[in-house]
Amino acid sequence: MDEILAQVFQVGFFAAMIRIATPLLFATIGELYAERSGVLNLGIEGIMLLSAMTGFSAAYFSGSLWLGVCAALLTGVLAGALMGLLTVTFGLSQHVSGLGLTLLASGLAFFFYRVIFGQQSTPPNIVAFKPVAIPLLSDIPLIGPVLFNQYALVYWALLLVPLTAFILYRTPWGLHLRTVGESPHAADSAGVSVAKIRYQALMVSGALMSVGGAFLSMAQFNAFTFGVISGRGWICIALVVFGQWKPWRSAMAAFLFAFIDALQLRLQASAVIDVPYQVFLMMPYVLTIVTMALLSRNARVPAALLTPFRKEER
Amino acid sequence: MNETTPILALRGICKSFGAVHANRDVDLTLHKGDILGLLGENGAGKTTLMNILFGTYAADAGRIEVDGTPVTIDDSAAAIDCGIGMVHQHFHLVPSHNVIENLMVGQKGKYGLLDRAGAEARLAKIAEEYDLKLAPNALVGGLTVGEQQRLEIIKALFRGARILILDEPTAVLTPQETEGLFKAMRALTERGLGVIFISHKLFEVREITNRMMIMRQGAVTATLDNTPELTDRQLGELMCGHELTPPEKPAVEVGRVLLRLSNITAGGTPERPVLKDVSLEVRAGEILGLAGVSGNGQSQLAEVISGVLPPHGGQIEIDGEVLDRPSVKAVKARGIGRVPEDRMGTGLVTTLPLSDSMVLPRIDQPPFSRYGLVNRAAIRDFVKEQVERFQIKTAGVDVRTGTLSGGNLQKVLLARELAWDPLVLLVAQPTRGIDVGAGEFVHRQFLDLRARGRGLLVISEDLEELFTLSDRIAVIFEGRIMGIVPAAEATAQNVGLLMAGFQEDAA
Repeated sequence: MDEILAQVFQVGFFAAMIRIATPLLFATIGELYAERSGVLNLGIEGIMLLSAMTGFSAAYFSGSLWLGVCAALLTGVLAGALMGLLTVTFGLSQHVSGLGLTLLASGLAFFFYRVIFGQQSTPPNIVAFKPVAIPLLSDIPLIGPVLFNQYALVYWALLLVPLTAFILYRTPWGLHLRTVGESPHAADSAGVSVAKIRYQALMVSGALMSVGGAFLSMAQFNAFTFGVISGRGWICIALVVFGQWKPWRSAMAAFLFAFIDALQLRLQASAVIDVPYQVFLMMPYVLTIVTMALLSRNARVPAALLTPFRKEER
Repeated sequence: MNETTPILALRGICKSFGAVHANRDVDLTLHKGDILGLLGENGAGKTTLMNILFGTYAADAGRIEVDGTPVTIDDSAAAIDCGIGMVHQHFHLVPSHNVIENLMVGQKGKYGLLDRAGAEARLAKIAEEYDLKLAPNALVGGLTVGEQQRLEIIKALFRGARILILDEPTAVLTPQETEGLFKAMRALTERGLGVIFISHKLFEVREITNRMMIMRQGAVTATLDNTPELTDRQLGELMCGHELTPPEKPAVEVGRVLLRLSNITAGGTPERPVLKDVSLEVRAGEILGLAGVSGNGQSQLAEVISGVLPPHGGQIEIDGEVLDRPSVKAVKARGIGRVPEDRMGTGLVTTLPLSDSMVLPRIDQPPFSRYGLVNRAAIRDFVKEQVERFQIKTAGVDVRTGTLSGGNLQKVLLARELAWDPLVLLVAQPTRGIDVGAGEFVHRQFLDLRARGRGLLVISEDLEELFTLSDRIAVIFEGRIMGIVPAAEATAQNVGLLMAGFQEDAA
């Protein structure tokens, strides 16, 4: 047993956990912005996939990874705006709009990937992001290699959490966002435009999800594949609930999931335990369901989540 | 009268929704220090007018002047900029935010950040100036209704309101809380604000306002100074356009107990029930009123009696028979009729045709259906008969139920229950949101039932209504019956104290 533990819990393990957590952090925090404004963004899975494709393609042809990230961001913002058009302007069902957006975005991603790259025997790839060691900090034993020798996007993700907490609780825009998600009538009667805030929240949400997607095709891997997201978006929906719609808690949820995911990867690789690998693959999902069931009973949902706002209705 | 420029003037406001003229050529002036009472039946156009003033609707014609200058108000932000503050009937507060956060919504902040310290300082200043106090960090969801309303007023002042509109502010308050509100209103006008007070309750309007404006069918019928010579009768006539006769209450001999609740606990969890040890009796030929501020267990009580909510403990007895397992069906079969508070939700299916709505609870019984098949002709005949008998204003029996006005919906519900001559009729908020004329009709039906030796349990937040109707008034507070007062001994004072949870002082 000690042997397994020693094999599993190494510096590399924790570094991997942070890496796995990064796209989840982006997408979870992105979803959190949308939901705190009262809109469930089920477009998450599709937005991540499409952005992974657009980011990768832009990087492939321009040779610039950062241009790729910009392309992904633009994709996410546009998809968020589309979600806004459906749910805010038209007031359509958020479930249907979100699932529709996911289907549309996934379809577009597959279609254009084929159009651009055709069918190739070896999938095209790029030179992915390289870890950037932060001077001095990366020399700290243990913490250094885990936290400070990572991809640039990882640092963004880590900064995103305190930044989001600050925006939500310390700025007027954050207060307006939370108000719109709890009681749109209160916001409206205070002269705050519910539609404007929800559009903004959805665009921010799309942008963050898109970086999560781009991270997968441009940092974690160096190519776009059809299974590159493989349900990570859906997991983030659960992580927001698990995090009770709070930035720090949601981030912790993402780290917990990443921890278990990293663990199962190690256990699969270490041939010490003789268990079918599918059992390990299952672990993060099973644990997410179990912890959610146990911890999320008292979670307080944003009161106006799923409710379109119409001015004259009271 | 004040001779200076009015702080607010509306001139020739018109607004139509389709073929309905909600406002016709309405003029209104408000001076500094005025409390203007705005009276009118439901649908008279008061709310539409105030929504135009607050930018929710755009007027078709007419103009708004603030301090003599014409202004355009196309959204609530513009209204706030003009110094207009509105306290809606349903509060526009965020329960999960604290007091100071609620105040900061819509504020710009300082250097892009929330200015908590600045907001707290202004809250303290308002508290001192107008004697309106609230703790800045209190969670709004934990405040009492009266406190939440105070927060709404503070919020308006916080945003620099000089004109304050209060839309039926007393509907949710105990008499004592109402006194507090009136005190605050006087403090506001002493400092030069103008207040528009919308209410159905004549006696309150007479107590607090110095001028009143009465609307009927979208137009202003009178603007009067509040003088002691005015009678309620005159005001009522101006509002309704026909003479009002308060229903007479003949003496009726009280008979056997028709409905008895013994030590009922229900709702919430068995450990922390909403209703705690409730015992009540409704006897033949009596109207038992249930008073209380909303949310003190009234709806749970109604649900227990109608069989929707199974109690955790206690006993329900109908006409001497103890119900082992109360259910909607069992209760209905024993003659309990129910007119629920929420007409559109619990009471009726608004998307169904009127004819279906009216027979829905008994559609499985003859004559409406036989052998599992619905008899359309019988339903139409029945509904036509009821429409005529209750003078329900509708375009036909096949129109969507939701197109009827509040008063007519209430008649539909009442007709539906009365057709089966219930032993005990359970009604909640019978006249809420309906006009005086329809309300009067409803009350007559109640007294008619009472005269025929039936029992009634009337749940209402309108004390005036309970005082006119009831033979005895029970008061509920936090799920307990605080006391039962014979109508003859009931005063706003003793019932009000019970409603606020003070037991010993009241008896």
